[in-house]
Amino acid sequence: MNRWILLLIFACFSHTANAALKIDITEGVEGATPIAVIPFQWVGASKPANADVSAIISSDLARSGKFSPVAEKDLLARPQRPEDIHFKTWRIAGVDHLVLGSVQMVASGRYKIEFRLFNVYRGEQVLGYSFNATSATLRNFAHQISDLIFEKLTGLPGAFNSRIAYVTSSGKPVEYRLQVADTDGFNPQTLLKSKEPIMSPVWSPDGSKVAYVSFESGTSAIFIHDIRTADREKIASFKGVNSAPAWSPDGKTIAMTLSKDGNPDIYVFSLQNRALRRLTRHWAIDTEPAWMPDSKSLVFTSSRSGKPQLYELSLEKGGRPQRLTFEGNYNANASVSPDGKVIAFVHGANSSYKIAVLYKDTRVMQVLTDGPLDESPDFAPNGAMILYASQDRGRAILAAVSTDGRQKQRLALSDGEVREPSWAAKRH
Amino acid sequence: MKIIITKASLVALVLALFISGCAQQGTKPDSEAGAEGAAGTGTEGGASVGVIDDGGAFAGTALEGLKISYEKEAINDPQNVLSIKTIYFNFDSSEISPDDVEVIKHHGKYLALNSDARLRLEGHTDERGTREYNIALADRRAQAVKKLLLFQGASSSQITIISYGEEKPAALGHDEEAWRLNRRAELVYE
Repeated sequence: MNRWILLLIFACFSHTANAALKIDITEGVEGATPIAVIPFQWVGASKPANADVSAIISSDLARSGKFSPVAEKDLLARPQRPEDIHFKTWRIAGVDHLVLGSVQMVASGRYKIEFRLFNVYRGEQVLGYSFNATSATLRNFAHQISDLIFEKLTGLPGAFNSRIAYVTSSGKPVEYRLQVADTDGFNPQTLLKSKEPIMSPVWSPDGSKVAYVSFESGTSAIFIHDIRTADREKIASFKGVNSAPAWSPDGKTIAMTLSKDGNPDIYVFSLQNRALRRLTRHWAIDTEPAWMPDSKSLVFTSSRSGKPQLYELSLEKGGRPQRLTFEGNYNANASVSPDGKVIAFVHGANSSYKIAVLYKDTRVMQVLTDGPLDESPDFAPNGAMILYASQDRGRAILAAVSTDGRQKQRLALSDGEVREPSWAAKRH
Repeated sequence: MKIIITKASLVALVLALFISGCAQQGTKPDSEAGAEGAAGTGTEGGASVGVIDDGGAFAGTALEGLKISYEKEAINDPQNVLSIKTIYFNFDSSEISPDDVEVIKHHGKYLALNSDARLRLEGHTDERGTREYNIALADRRAQAVKKLLLFQGASSSQITIISYGEEKPAALGHDEEAWRLNRRAELVYE
């Protein structure tokens, strides 16, 4: 049974406030570990509205689906120092872990953040750090603390202190924007505005660049865009389709779909020697390449069986691509989990398109979402969640589902439509 | 003029065809055009019938009453068969219906006879399915139209193709009707 909770995070401060994402956790908190994040003490400064560090940590942990932070109003006590914690009380309340911390202003605009994580049952500290931050980096450090807590308690690296890229469209005539934001939707920055479509943003593995397709010149072209310097490089603008860039995990190659030789096929472009190599050669549609973690093979969509299905192709061995999906008439747009064991994709049946996962070892397929127009799945860098594009009452929004399907959340723009999310492996 | 035959008119149309038999089919636009040469004009006599797709939906184009002429300005004449500039497709298909094959043949002849004419072929899909697959699918739709144009003597250098996939819908909305109108190739003379 799904329990609905609402956790509203209002993005209210940024310079492009109208383009900020609002996140709602819509269902599923069962099985999540209870944790108490005590509101941090602010010393020498009042808490800034846009950087409430403990609230950011609390909402990050909630969004992960693995934790259920105690609501601030339900906290039994607000200890300020480790010696103030009555572990027995928290134990009786069923809280497994407790986070304590403080932010001290050491100079104008400069802060020292301290935090400690306690195991309530053992009654001891299991993690503790301090950081020097500025007004501009307070939120980033809050996300970094979330990552540290997440990794300590789950064994998986956290993915909060990173960025997401996505495409928005709004207005009449339509204006398309390529934006990047923090993983909670804050700090949106527009990399590109255009009257023509922008598609398929994808991060470089180091989080410094985004590759995407832009129609700004009237035809499609693939660009690489440095998010710090705003330098752009056009890497493909051939006759016909220039589509679906996919950055290899080793950072050396970009796979893409081109139809310059007559038909949509997969190519790889070497960023080292600028060589373009054709990988598939088939009369059917071959597109949507997605890399396996070793950068040595690709999963892609092909209509060679008559309907779109997923195939895997080894770059080293070559040979015939191996078909991976057999259930249903529409399986497309793969995203591979960081450990290579799970493939997320779009599964279409009866005019309804849902996000599904395929476990490579067992070939078991599991449908995770309800559709009807879900697309563009993208694994979080730790493999715990899948970000995707969805529709809510006719409007395009982003959504995320935990890889086990238990927890879901929506990320909606206050104005306009948002789609094609991509989660960076790390913040550059 | 663009007429989409609805399901409701299907029965009437089938009946009418049954009664008239195949008599009208003898008047092919091809033969008329061929006979009258470069700037020939004529009237399409044959009623044109759509095909029933997998989903049972009826899609088709009526050519009846439209003028056939390949003069330079013919593409701007709303009474001319060349005024049909949108070709519709079934879901996940780049197959062109027999009637639309006829329409495209007229455009192919126009291009062949007007060598300075330039055509941009835009491929589109409905919103269902994945965006990048749809880019590839829309490209194939435009390529299918181009192939027919070339077959009629149009030159490859006259035609550019751009695939928009699902990015530029003609109809907004998330229902069968919007989807039907969005699965298309548009012939845009530049």
